[in-house]
Parts: sequence; C-alpha cells; structure tokens
Amino acid sequence: MGTLRGAAAFVGVADDASPTGELEVHGRALEAAMIEAALADAGLSISDVDGVCHANNSMALAEYLGIHPRFTDSTSTGGSSFEVHAEHAAAAIAAGLADVVVSVYGSTPQGDRRRNAGGRGGGRGFMMAGPNPQAEWEMPYGLRQPMGPYAMAATRHMAQFGTTPEQLAQIAVSTRAWATMNPKARHRDPITVDDVLSSPLQCSPLHLLDCCLVTDGAGAWVMTSAERAAELAKPPVYVLGAGTCHDHQMISQMPDLTTTAGVISGTNAFGMAGIKPDDVDLLMGYDSFTITALLHLEDLGFCPKGEGGRFVEDGRTGPGGSFPMNTNGGGLSYTHPGMYGMFLIVEAVRQLRGEAGARQLESPEIAVAHGSGGVLSCMSTLVLGTEATR
Amino acid sequence: MTTPPATPTRPQPPEDETSRPFWEATRTRRLLYQWCTVCDRPVFFPRDICPGCLGSTLEWRESSGRGTVYTFSNVHRPQMPNFALPAPYTVALIELAEGVRLMSNVVNCDPEQVRVGMAVKVTWERLDDGRHLPQFEPA
Ligand SMILES: [Zn+2]
Repeated sequence: MGTLRGAAAFVGVADDASPTGELEVHGRALEAAMIEAALADAGLSISDVDGVCHANNSMALAEYLGIHPRFTDSTSTGGSSFEVHAEHAAAAIAAGLADVVVSVYGSTPQGDRRRNAGGRGGGRGFMMAGPNPQAEWEMPYGLRQPMGPYAMAATRHMAQFGTTPEQLAQIAVSTRAWATMNPKARHRDPITVDDVLSSPLQCSPLHLLDCCLVTDGAGAWVMTSAERAAELAKPPVYVLGAGTCHDHQMISQMPDLTTTAGVISGTNAFGMAGIKPDDVDLLMGYDSFTITALLHLEDLGFCPKGEGGRFVEDGRTGPGGSFPMNTNGGGLSYTHPGMYGMFLIVEAVRQLRGEAGARQLESPEIAVAHGSGGVLSCMSTLVLGTEATR
Repeated sequence: MTTPPATPTRPQPPEDETSRPFWEATRTRRLLYQWCTVCDRPVFFPRDICPGCLGSTLEWRESSGRGTVYTFSNVHRPQMPNFALPAPYTVALIELAEGVRLMSNVVNCDPEQVRVGMAVKVTWERLDDGRHLPQFEPA
C-alpha cells in the first residue's frame, strides 16, 4: 500500500467573513472570488487547475469557471466535506490523476434571508421532507435540527462521565478569547462561563452560546504535488496524514452518542502521519457546538474518553493555554455558514505559515484539521505539517 | 409562504411497503421491530435486508414496550411553530428491552424529572389516519 504522507501540499488558501455576519457577494460569484484569491495566494492561475472539488456540484462549478478538470469530486459529507476533498485530492495527486486541485465553499444564510425578504432562508438540508428515514423515524418527535442531536450527545456525556455545563461553557469562553484577535470574527467581545450559562436554553443542556453562529462565509484551498509546491512562493503545508469514517446519518442510529467515528479517522490519519497526539501544536476541531469540540478532544486521543470536561476547564484551549484549539474563533465566534470545515483548513495553513497575525502561535509545526459532518456523522481528519515535519 | 396552522400539529410519518407492518400494528397499539434469524439480533428502523448480513432473513416481532431513556434533550426553543407538544418538551432516544433504540417523546412526566437510565413504557398518540405514534412515559 502506498502512503499519502508528504505527497501533496496546500499552497493557497482564502476565506472571507464579516463582523456584521453578512457578505456582499453571494452564489457562484462568491465561490469564484475565493478561488481567485486562493490561487493568487499560491501564485497560480485558473489555467493551472485540473481538479475541482465542491460539496454540492463540481460540474456546475467547473462550468461556471470555464474549466475542464480531469479530477472531480462532489463528495458531500456536510461540514467535513472539505477535509474529505483534501484526502481525495491528495490521493489523486499522489497517483498522478491531478496536478492542481481546488476546493471551494460559499454560503450566505444571513444575506439570503434578507434578499428573500421574510422567507425562511436557505435551510441546511437536515430536514428534507419526503420519503426518507428521518421523516418517518425522527421528524414526528419535534427534535430541533441540527442542535437536538448534539444536545442528546451532551446529556449522555454528562450522565456517563459527570461532565458539567460549566465545562462545556468554558470551550465557548476560550474560543471567544481567540476571536477577539480575529478582525473578521462575528463576535469579538470576551465572554464568561456565566454569560454562556445565562444565555437562553435552546435544547437542554445546550444554551445559545454553546451553539455555533449562522453567518455568511466563504473560503477555498489549492493543493498541488510536493514537487510543484517547492517551486511556489509560499511555504508549502504538507498533508502528512488523512482519514475519514462515518458511522450513521440519523442521530437515532449513532452507535454510541459519546464516541464518534473520529476514533477511526483520527487513528488512521495520525498513523499515516506517524505522529502521536502530543506532537500536535494546534487542533482545529469542528465546533458546531461546545460538545462537538469536546468529543474531538477525547476521540483524537488528546485526553482519555470521558475526561474532556476536566481537560478544558482550566482554559488550556484558549490564548496562552497549553493546548491551542480553534485559534480563528471557531464556528462558535468567527463564522459558521453551515459547512464550516473549510475554515479549519484555512486557519491551520495560516498558522503553519506564520500568517495568523495577532493570534499567531509560536512556530507551530503540526496542525490537525478535524471536520465533523451531519450530526456527529462523518469525521474526517487531516494532519498538516511544515517543511520540517516532512 | 404558508401561515402556520393554529392547531397543534405533528409531522405525520410517511410509510412504505417495508415499514407498513410497523405502522399497521400501531393501529392496535402494538410496537413491532425486526429480528434477523441468521444474526440473531434485532433491527430498527425497518429494512428489507439485515444491516449485519444483508440477508432477507428478517421477521417481525412484538416489543414489550418497556425500555430505558438512553439520552434526551428538552426542547425549549422549538423549530416548528405549533408543534404538538408545548415547549419545553422531551425528545429522547429510548432503548427497548429487546435491544433496539428509537427516537420518541417522553410524556406524562415533567421534563425536569427525565433522567438518563429512567425506566419507561410505551403509550400511544392517535394520528389523524388511525395509526398511532409510539410515545413513552415513566414505567
Ligand atoms: Zn443478519
């Protein structure tokens, strides 16, 4: 069996969001702008691109861009789609099926709501009507989607391991502290554990501030071979390991609500990269809700199963802490347009290149971007590293 | 744009040929699940083939209707206007004694009193078409 380790590298990234929560541009034009910016960051042009990834329809995207890619990927696993795209793209590049691959995402739920003047906005695709198992076995019971399934995971974690609402709240507090250093973040005022606990209960035990934002946002990445990356201007960020696993679609089918498929995706990605949890300088772990991030910490092996609450309660995931997590302010405070996984990669790349501005970590060499899609359904883990780690 | 209906509503569960025995049994307030005779294990939701062995070796069995709360959430801010239950209401995953897990509501119980591991038994809510929806209450 071959390995992807070090075969491909991220060479360009871009993202956009606004403190207002709303972007001017939307639709394909927004996606095109992100691709253009990521290619410019890489020192490449659209004519170099021979592979496209899109979480909905790569054909329509390529048609709009006027390119004829020889590698195409429309994999949609919700929020983890862009980590899965990266895994596929790295494999394609390693096998010689593609040379320069782009993935892009843009979504403007806030602007769409205004443009649709009173309509219900884009929706997230979680509550599709019609003959699907969810309509038959979940929707009649009134569980709020997608928040309810995460609330159920949190209830179970609390009952099983003694995790407290305060510990979950600390994740939101530490993440907000990072957001104060991101000028594009939707929320930049520091918050306290009390602020989280006194924000309105949505689905017990999750409060409003345990939940991600609904904001406009967009991003893109460009990946190429290690050989070609060496000729480009910016330092390459290598894909050292990748792994994906999903174990359900509906929350009622999840085998164990306190253990995600991240155990599998993480083990495979870390194994391919040849690293241990201790080697990781930055975790970009999908934080759709505070409980989501807590489960990643356990399932990727940064602390034992059940210890996530005690692991985070001293604020170690915040600025100045011993375990930086979600330095861009996360889905909780930076932006969350629906499928947030793109922003995990963009921030990991910027940190490893030393481009993260006020929130820059001191010489990080290994970062993990861990996407979560559906309702804790599809986990996809990327281990990224600098030249020194290759 | 549709105006929300004034009366409380439940999204009515659709059914197909595969799940019809389940829903037909609810007309007489019986809770069915499937059993794979090859794997010797229960299966839920209803399927044409066993998710363990892919065999057409599934038979219908009747549940005791008893189980425990595996986990739950009390919905304080509902998504659906005029949902059948007033907020806060409890949505739970129920683990039946026979070993399958299904989503339902815990009713006839103060949401604040619902606990993981709590013993529950099935009770039925009549749907418009004569079928019933399984609900659970403290046992
Ligand atoms: Zn079987």
